[in-house]
Amino acid sequence: MDVFDYHRPATIAELTGMLATGDARPLAGGTDLIPQLREGRRKVAAIVDIKHIEACRVIAPLPDGGMAIGAAASATAVARDERVRRDYPGIAAAALLIGSYQVQNRASLGGNICNAAPSADAVPPLIAHGARAEIAGSAGLREIPLEEIFAGPGRTHLAPAEVLTRILLPPVAERSASHYLRFTPRREMDIAIAGVGGFIAADEAGTIIEARIALASVAPKPIRAPSAEAALIGVILDDAAIHAAGEAASADASPISDTRGSAEYRRELVAVLTRRVLAHCHDQINRT
Amino acid sequence: MKRIAITAQVNGEEVTGLADPRDTLLDWLRDRLDLTGSKEGCGNGNCGSCTVMIDGTPVNACLMLAVEAPGADITTIEGLSNGGQWRDLQENLAAMGGTQCGFCTPGIVISAAALLRDDPAPDEAAIRYAIAGNLCRCTGYDKIVRAIEKTAEQRRAMARVGE
Repeated sequence: MDVFDYHRPATIAELTGMLATGDARPLAGGTDLIPQLREGRRKVAAIVDIKHIEACRVIAPLPDGGMAIGAAASATAVARDERVRRDYPGIAAAALLIGSYQVQNRASLGGNICNAAPSADAVPPLIAHGARAEIAGSAGLREIPLEEIFAGPGRTHLAPAEVLTRILLPPVAERSASHYLRFTPRREMDIAIAGVGGFIAADEAGTIIEARIALASVAPKPIRAPSAEAALIGVILDDAAIHAAGEAASADASPISDTRGSAEYRRELVAVLTRRVLAHCHDQINRT
Repeated sequence: MKRIAITAQVNGEEVTGLADPRDTLLDWLRDRLDLTGSKEGCGNGNCGSCTVMIDGTPVNACLMLAVEAPGADITTIEGLSNGGQWRDLQENLAAMGGTQCGFCTPGIVISAAALLRDDPAPDEAAIRYAIAGNLCRCTGYDKIVRAIEKTAEQRRAMARVGE
């Protein structure tokens, strides 16, 4: 690979200053960036290591009762955080599916997002939880809904001198649950050919009052499944409702056929995975 | 190419070695520090032959840059073997057919040691998940799993005797 400079900023201000050249790339776990550099798929003049900035690493509560996950926090740290496991279980489940244990010990959710593969496993449950992206640039910080960061396969809407610093999660309703399931041809170390992240909340009568479903690998970027969501609001979650939501999510998907799977198979997987995610969430809610 | 000096904790000692700034941690360990126990099988984080520990957790050394090493506490298979605390695991792998060509073995030992350190009674699913990032072309994995299981059993038995 070409020579690059390596920087290790201690603060966000230093970080954005170093990115201002426009030809620098942030480095968190490196599990996507380093192979890309070695294989010549990406070239940068400088690498800016964000792992030594406290705010980018920390997993902590927010004043509104939600949680912030630092962009550089490892998948393992996220998956083992007690509050993530209790209140945002779909995110913990997804973190344990990324790569392998070795990869999870370095890979970050920030990198999983900004590498912007449509198959990124952490993304659907984050979107399902209504995550917002906190982005730092030379003008300061801004926040957008996470799904708006994606521009297409491998591309985000981040300007060259911007960086994702934290993922901000809202507080969760009491009778709620989330989950993430994917299908891969191999058991581990594989890329999802379909992934479904779901979040539902119910009132005391068991009627669904909130539902967000997000899909991986079935569009140029991670997408919501709006007809599935609409089919869930106001219903009691029985087998018929779960089945209908699965069919609706499948119709919301726009997969392509490639060597990894046909569009038809991916649509079928979306229906199956959506049903399983919803059944799992339903069980979790009824258990509490 | 201008070399840079990198100082890091490796196997319990502070070491300084020159590096090409583009070196991965694996390059630096193997080519600059002569710690050739960690292997390069794929170069992109799939095979796990390069597994080392950073601050006690298994990582792929081919997915880190040498310049990231300062501040990290790095343990390679050489360091893990020194002192012999995992000799039982290593001997079981050797005796039970859990190693043939040996290329994946250092990485397997690191991953298995981390598992047994954190979970003294792993079930088969937990063992297979712990080594899911270590590919083996020779053994078919079953004997590796059995050797790890046996090591865990033996250690639990010794712990009971010690009570």
